[in-house]
Amino acid sequence: MGNNAVRVWVCLLCVVGLSVCYYKTTVLGLPIKPQQDTEVWTVQAKINFVGDGGPAIFEFFLPNVIPGYLKLDEDFISGRFGLAVQDEGDNRKAQWAIRRARDMKSLYYRIAVARSSQSSGWQSHPQFPSSPEYPEPYASAIQSILDEARTASADVATYTMEILQQLNSPVPNENVELFRDHAGNSEQWVKEIINILSGVRIPARILWGIRTSDSSNHSQLEPLLQVHNGQEWLTFDPRTSERGIPLNFLSWNVGENPLYHLSGGKLVDIDFSVTKSYKEQIDVARSGARHADSIFTEFSLLALPVQSQNLYRLLLMVPIGVVIVVLMRTFVGISTFGTFMPILIALAFRETQLLWGVLLFSLIVAFGLMIRFYLERLMLLLIPRLASIVIIVVIIMLLISLVSNQMEAERLLSVALFPMVILAMTIERMSITWEENGPRDALLQGFGSLFVAILGYLAMTNEQLMYVMFVFPELLLVLLAVCLWAGRYNGYRVFELYRFREMKNIERD
Amino acid sequence: MFCSPRQLKERGILGINRRNADFIMRYNPRRLFPLVDDKLKTKELALLHGIAVPDLLGVVEAQHQIKQLKAFLYKLDDFVIKPSHGCGGNGILVVTGRSGDSFRKAGGDVVNFDQVAHHVSNILSGMYSLGGVNDFAIIEYRVKFDPMFARISYQGVPDIRVIVFRGVPVAAMLRLPTRESEGKANLHQGAMGVGINIATGHSCGGVYHAHLCETHPDTGESTSTIQIPHWANILELAVKCSDSVGLGYLGVDIVMDQELGPLVLELNARPGLNVQIAIGEGLLNTLDHVKQLKNLPSSVEGRVDLAIALSHCEI
Repeated sequence: MGNNAVRVWVCLLCVVGLSVCYYKTTVLGLPIKPQQDTEVWTVQAKINFVGDGGPAIFEFFLPNVIPGYLKLDEDFISGRFGLAVQDEGDNRKAQWAIRRARDMKSLYYRIAVARSSQSSGWQSHPQFPSSPEYPEPYASAIQSILDEARTASADVATYTMEILQQLNSPVPNENVELFRDHAGNSEQWVKEIINILSGVRIPARILWGIRTSDSSNHSQLEPLLQVHNGQEWLTFDPRTSERGIPLNFLSWNVGENPLYHLSGGKLVDIDFSVTKSYKEQIDVARSGARHADSIFTEFSLLALPVQSQNLYRLLLMVPIGVVIVVLMRTFVGISTFGTFMPILIALAFRETQLLWGVLLFSLIVAFGLMIRFYLERLMLLLIPRLASIVIIVVIIMLLISLVSNQMEAERLLSVALFPMVILAMTIERMSITWEENGPRDALLQGFGSLFVAILGYLAMTNEQLMYVMFVFPELLLVLLAVCLWAGRYNGYRVFELYRFREMKNIERD
Repeated sequence: MFCSPRQLKERGILGINRRNADFIMRYNPRRLFPLVDDKLKTKELALLHGIAVPDLLGVVEAQHQIKQLKAFLYKLDDFVIKPSHGCGGNGILVVTGRSGDSFRKAGGDVVNFDQVAHHVSNILSGMYSLGGVNDFAIIEYRVKFDPMFARISYQGVPDIRVIVFRGVPVAAMLRLPTRESEGKANLHQGAMGVGINIATGHSCGGVYHAHLCETHPDTGESTSTIQIPHWANILELAVKCSDSVGLGYLGVDIVMDQELGPLVLELNARPGLNVQIAIGEGLLNTLDHVKQLKNLPSSVEGRVDLAIALSHCEI
């Protein structure tokens, strides 16, 4: 009875899943493959504030000149606010206003851009700044930096470059150190440089923008340095001294004015998120939604807010990982610590990258095991011992972060992304297996877990798979069918072919 | 290096997936698992049905009882402490005697009371139990195994594992501890398995680390000429266990005490599959045969006879 019911369910789920998928590709024309060459970046700013009860005005800079990008679309979600957008020099500003603002208010601004080779630039011509009076010891330090740069440069661009290279030199002299001590964050650092440049009356300003390198929530605006050479604005990276706007830098606003101004309320937060999608896919989804004659486009994941889209992109990959665990355990027979522990490790690998992830994982587990063996001699009770291991894992992670920060190995900082409770459980189970079944079993299961985690990582970060799962979430039904089918599989496992290898030497009766 | 799936099928080898899907899930109702997973319950059940088991000397149920343990243990000459929910022979402490204030373990090592107390405390906190839930520690009679096994086992207690399906013994093997298994009779941990002919109680074949083998790896003694004493008695004991616990697919572990004869040590609702290499034959044919039988004899003797009739193992 079990077998037949399972067969019916497997067929039903496959048919439903695949036919919805087929309908979407043929009738709605959704492409099966992502079109890599037309990446579209959607940047969303979400603003939350609490009104005081009276009139409230919220002013917010918007992207205006975006070199290297083409603006495809932008929209505002303003609720009952009145909205006015106006240019202000090189900047553009949105002004939301409301007569009575009470409780929490949310405003959204969303812009979609694609990479483009079209060049656009800032039009404004600045005044030459007046040379400021610097207090000592800064005056002489600035003077010597400027003098040194002047002899090695020809124009505004090379002059700026020289100054930046001095300031960013890996072996700074004492003049430079004076300034470095002062600059706590990137913004202060750029302001310092602008201040120095005003000593030779070079007009300079901050360019704010956002990185589009990865789909991410909670992005921050980052500052770059701009100088004017009489004809146009030139951009420099204040930390690396590189000239030009980086490829993945989406310019937002310029100048020192704060990003927003709020009167009549108290700001809670501004959250930027970036999502990567593909142009065809978006166009199709949009036009589909406009006609609104298909239930599938109305209920598409593409209609969700950007933040939730990012979450679901990840969430939809977890079933893929789970199916891999099922295949590896039921059909191959690899043993792992905990059923789905490898998938959690694989999710952590997403953030750390594979090589570093494997390295960090092995490092932490190896250290943890050593300490765990010592704890064994202290004869602790189970729960306090587990808690101690969690704390020790956190300490190990902390040490790795601190050491790698000193070594400027930024990749290793991502160690903080490992789920520490999972690591602690792995260490505990591994040490118990080690003691009871010997090192061979412990290592076998350890490497088994790592192997499945790597496979899971490779599948879960596969761009094609991610795209397909996101656009065709009905494939989850097919994955469910695979699991149901595997649940009734009663054939041999690959490892059993090895385990019973001696049987072929025995003659049959 | 590998067998093909076809070769395994021809020899009637039962794989893990098939054992789980077609036998354990079908014949072993989940609600009966606690009866075998909890050794205390198994013991109560066995006593109720008149099945011989090692005597229960005491139970430690809570950490505070460890204080009274000292006086209790000093009154005993030898004993075994095991977790009530343990599996795979883990967490078992065998004390064979005293050396001053300390206890002498089966391997000859000496441990003091604090170490014993820590072991008990580990058991109580669930270190050896499935899923890490809190557990009881059982103190029971130490089996003095039959001297005939002395030549073919390295420390520990050899036991006889009988697989019983629908109340019919289908396969049996002798499990011999080795140096590698540290006195445990678990094949997975490096113990040696020797197949036993259900009909005669005579040894046949043998497996050590998934290799065919006919001598004990540590003592070098041949394992191919063993005749298990009280064999009929052992089969009856296994059948009775199956009847009392109600599980259709059951592993019964029996030890031979030199004075008390065969005693049931524990029951297993998910017996391993290594017995197939030990007897050099797959279980599937026998299992399928028993599965199709409509009228199984209701008496214990009737099913022992059926098992003997079904037995194929060649001597």
